[in-house]
Amino acid sequence: MLTSSLKRIVRRSAGTILLAGVFLYLVFDMHPWNIFLRALFPEETEWIYPRAMLIELVGEHLLLVAISSVLAVMAGIGSGIFVTRRTGRAYLQTINDLTSLAQTFPPVAILALAVPFIGFGFKPTVAALFLYSILPVVRNTISGIEAVPTHLIEAASGMGMTRRQILFKVEIPLALKVIMAGVRMSVVMNIGTATLGAIVGAGGLGVPIISGLVRQNPAFVLEGALTVCLLAVITDRLIAGIEDSSF
Amino acid sequence: MIHIRNVTKRYGTSIAVDDISLEIPTGEICCLIGPSGCGKSTLVKLINRMLEPEGGRILIDGKDTRDFQPELLRRHIGYVIQNVGLFPHMTVAENIAVVPQLLSWNREKIEGRTEGLFRLMRMEPNQYRDKYPRELSGGEAQRIGVARALASDPAILLMDEPFGAVDPLNREALQAEFMKIQSDLKKTVVFVTHDLDEAIRLGDRIALMRAGRIVQYDTPEEILAHPKDRFVSDFVGADRALKRLSRFPVSEFMKEPVVVKVTDDVDAFLAKIREEGKTRFVWLLDEQDRLIGPVDSRHVHRPFNREEDVMEANCPAITVRNSATLREVLSRMLGQGVKTIPVIDDDSRLVGEISIGEIEKVTEEAAFEC
Repeated sequence: MLTSSLKRIVRRSAGTILLAGVFLYLVFDMHPWNIFLRALFPEETEWIYPRAMLIELVGEHLLLVAISSVLAVMAGIGSGIFVTRRTGRAYLQTINDLTSLAQTFPPVAILALAVPFIGFGFKPTVAALFLYSILPVVRNTISGIEAVPTHLIEAASGMGMTRRQILFKVEIPLALKVIMAGVRMSVVMNIGTATLGAIVGAGGLGVPIISGLVRQNPAFVLEGALTVCLLAVITDRLIAGIEDSSF
Repeated sequence: MIHIRNVTKRYGTSIAVDDISLEIPTGEICCLIGPSGCGKSTLVKLINRMLEPEGGRILIDGKDTRDFQPELLRRHIGYVIQNVGLFPHMTVAENIAVVPQLLSWNREKIEGRTEGLFRLMRMEPNQYRDKYPRELSGGEAQRIGVARALASDPAILLMDEPFGAVDPLNREALQAEFMKIQSDLKKTVVFVTHDLDEAIRLGDRIALMRAGRIVQYDTPEEILAHPKDRFVSDFVGADRALKRLSRFPVSEFMKEPVVVKVTDDVDAFLAKIREEGKTRFVWLLDEQDRLIGPVDSRHVHRPFNREEDVMEANCPAITVRNSATLREVLSRMLGQGVKTIPVIDDDSRLVGEISIGEIEKVTEEAAFEC
């Protein structure tokens, strides 16, 4: 069963694997970039951001996204499950409101507010990304679990499952697809938003973008932006692959 | 044995179960029936403690259900609900294995049990084991629902309108199968239904409920013959004599049929029949004992000609299965305007015939009792 679903993932994600290969090549070999950007902006004198290698920037970027997303997914699924339990149901509205607030509060403003307290760099960026990306996970966890038909819960309980068993054997497996869709949305959003980290010195793919903005060099902007796009598309498809293989 | 003693359950201010006492003997089917909102489903959920009563006690084989942890109690009480409630993310075999898994049985034991339950439901294990519930028909899903409830071999089975969502044809097949299974397993069954015909057909006893109370608790024969009050007689309806017929399986009343095979000397056989003058119609069978159709011994061509002399066309319309009840038989007779009809088994083999005379005998007895 496991191997067959693995095979299915591989078959479905052939396009994604190809895309990932292209991405890895472009991260290590700057020649295609040089040719492409030179052709696009012949009036510039520099086409590749000189202060850091693209691979380093990608590494920093991924670290920001990974840490903030893991935290957001854990907190999001956790609180989503909590408010659908009997004991947590009273907090459903509060959690809904708080996550909406976090989502609509501009991440730039969060950064600006966080810097005086926790300083520049990695930490405020992770905090901003975490707050910004928790909403889709919470919302989808709640709606996924609430969509499980009550007669299935009743059947499970009537057969002698404990509440915990109902959660892990029935509710989560049935809600998994919806939860994963929320996770995907959250991570993909994070990949784009993480470029803001460059403003407070957290590094990442925002660095060439900001630099291009300051030095009025669109080639740098495009170098950072295109890499972010590719990263986002690949991640989106990877998580979609996992999503499809769940029930 | 289930003892329900003075049990009361309220929802807010409304009272769903009002001081009910009921005894359900081991190995019997007790049908709870009544108009919707009469508390029949609530009563069932009180037995496996899906709901807790405000007052009263429920004893199973003399032990108070409150002495057990609710989840552990439920693992030893089979439970079937109307929407079947098969888990869509589990295969059929995994669905059946839910309770054995909860009871931490080992793998061989679970596999053996699953296999046995497929057989009991007369379903081919290899064909169904790895299917998902969405690939099953309504009737198949319901069979798996019953199999799942029987998985841990519980002594008690609670069934809350289990066949309610199935079409009438399938429902009858399921009822007949369930009766067959029950005659072997002898479970103590509490069966909720709103279908009086179902209750009459399946129940050893019927508890007729109204507004949280039991109005009459009796055998189906008694309820039909001696309704306790106006409510009961209205509920069972003016056609109760007819309903009573569904208590009698045709297999117990059918007679040995007069048959002739296509491979026999049909002309000689018919001549003999005419001479004896006892019967007029004989059933023509093919080589495998399957029914071809009736032959009227008085109006045959000589020599016998299958195309002209056998009324093949209306044969399926007048045939009943041996799982049918006398009520279906009578309805078939009235519908087709015939007085004797053939009874076949699942493989279309003729196993008997039944005439209106046999049914009259049964209804006369009932009239006498009334």
